[in-house]
Amino acid sequence: MKHDRTVRIAWHLLIGLIYLFLLAPLIIVLIVSFDTRPYLSFPPASFSLMSYARVLHNPLFLQAGKTSLVIGGCSAGLSLVVGTSAAFALVRGHFPGRQNLQWFFLSPMLMPHIVLAVGLMMTLQPLGLLDTLTGLILAHISITLPYTTRIVSSGIAQLDQTLEEAARIHGASPWQSFRRVILPALRPHLITGFLIAFLFSFDEAVIALFIAGHRAVTLPLAIYQYIQFRTDPQVASLSVLVVLLSLVPIIIIERLINLRRAVGG
Amino acid sequence: MKVSVRKQPPWLQALLILPGVAALVVTFVFPLLWLARTSLEPTTGHTLSLHAYVRLFEDSFYWWVIGRTIVIGLLCVVITVPMAFPVALFLARSQSRWRGTLTALAIAPLLTSTVIRTYGWMVILGRHGLINTTLLWAHILAQPTRLDNGPFATVVALVEILLPYGIISILSHLSRLDAELEQAASLLGASRLQVFWRILLPLSVPGLMTASLLVFVLAISSLVTPQLMGGGRVFVLATEIFNQTTIALDWSFAGALSITLLGFFGIFVALYQRIIQRVESQS
Repeated sequence: MKHDRTVRIAWHLLIGLIYLFLLAPLIIVLIVSFDTRPYLSFPPASFSLMSYARVLHNPLFLQAGKTSLVIGGCSAGLSLVVGTSAAFALVRGHFPGRQNLQWFFLSPMLMPHIVLAVGLMMTLQPLGLLDTLTGLILAHISITLPYTTRIVSSGIAQLDQTLEEAARIHGASPWQSFRRVILPALRPHLITGFLIAFLFSFDEAVIALFIAGHRAVTLPLAIYQYIQFRTDPQVASLSVLVVLLSLVPIIIIERLINLRRAVGG
Repeated sequence: MKVSVRKQPPWLQALLILPGVAALVVTFVFPLLWLARTSLEPTTGHTLSLHAYVRLFEDSFYWWVIGRTIVIGLLCVVITVPMAFPVALFLARSQSRWRGTLTALAIAPLLTSTVIRTYGWMVILGRHGLINTTLLWAHILAQPTRLDNGPFATVVALVEILLPYGIISILSHLSRLDAELEQAASLLGASRLQVFWRILLPLSVPGLMTASLLVFVLAISSLVTPQLMGGGRVFVLATEIFNQTTIALDWSFAGALSITLLGFFGIFVALYQRIIQRVESQS
């Protein structure tokens, strides 16, 4: 039917336009990143990789990159270990208040980051941890722990109990069955938990704005500070590099357990 | 033979859960309590005082800021949710082999930096940006206009940034729904539009509500976008909190503003829960 086809085309056009809107800023940043003019404009006058070379020679950005990787790695690692340990008790334990504790572990997800940021700033200041790597790592544990706990919990809940039982029947100690059976079976969830935590830390700007900014500068913070005064293509190239760096974990997560489930849809 | 692998001894359970509880107490519970305590700090003497809150609620400027925050939040909801709905519908019902990729593509921006996406909007809406260049080229404008700062730019960028959250919460509701109802309706002769109005839309209400709440609470607590795109002209609670802590250095007042924001958060979550209970008891 002709009418039906028109409706279908219109429908797909609408979806396409919304996707275009959703991806527009990232596409535009990519295009502008090849420009060479010292000020921001569209379309680019020429195409070159010059601003990429500039970014890779900018000590400020390189330092911020290192800081971000260290903070992301440390907070995701700690959050994964602590979260996995808690997940075992939360899923398999039998104790009063287990359900309340499950809620407690997810509660930071509901907290507006800006409120948490102010609280963290007031807490870290007397401890002398403002503007330090330790402070940022601690702060990022609070926002990533709900995700690692939830992702690993769902992995534990899906575990095939008969495998463990078989291992135990055949004489494996609880520790052996944990090392040889449970951990390998949980691997996709453990990796996903780590990567999601890393991404949340790597892209986080609000908390970092409150508790860091002079000595400890993360990548989002460096970009924020830069674009407040200048908007030349160098920052576009840096942004493209940061997005590309985030894309690797995103693709791995999608392959492992699917992105939607990992972020909680 | 049955070997119990489920049973954990109490000491092990405690050992497993304690590091997590400790981490949350130190990095989450304590900072919030300390924030509340700081907001009650007296100007003189030792007893706690409400003076920061009195100052906040007596100043009409802050009422205006609160109103502004809520208006921007609501604007984001009424634009974002109707945009997220078709995408979620498409992803939930599509038979295409690209469905997985398209779903990932709709969610992936959520895991890229808000700062970068805001920057992207500065390029699009800026003085020499995409929109201005196009309008000048088409002779619609004689001179570039400033689109890149102010409430308009803030809302546009926020809508884009919050869209994946809207899509994901509607999608997770839709994928729990049964597609058979729609198929039955169209078999019985209902047109596409009828299926949409009579069946899909009413069944989607809880998902649309969840998306609205999520977008609203994220919009009213966002800082980076209003700060960068507001051009110093968008005053919302979040930017005020930032100014009070970093420029005015009045932590007690910043604490009071934060607790107020949290209060609005609580009110809207409670409202949402009452409405969703009513919706669910009706269906």
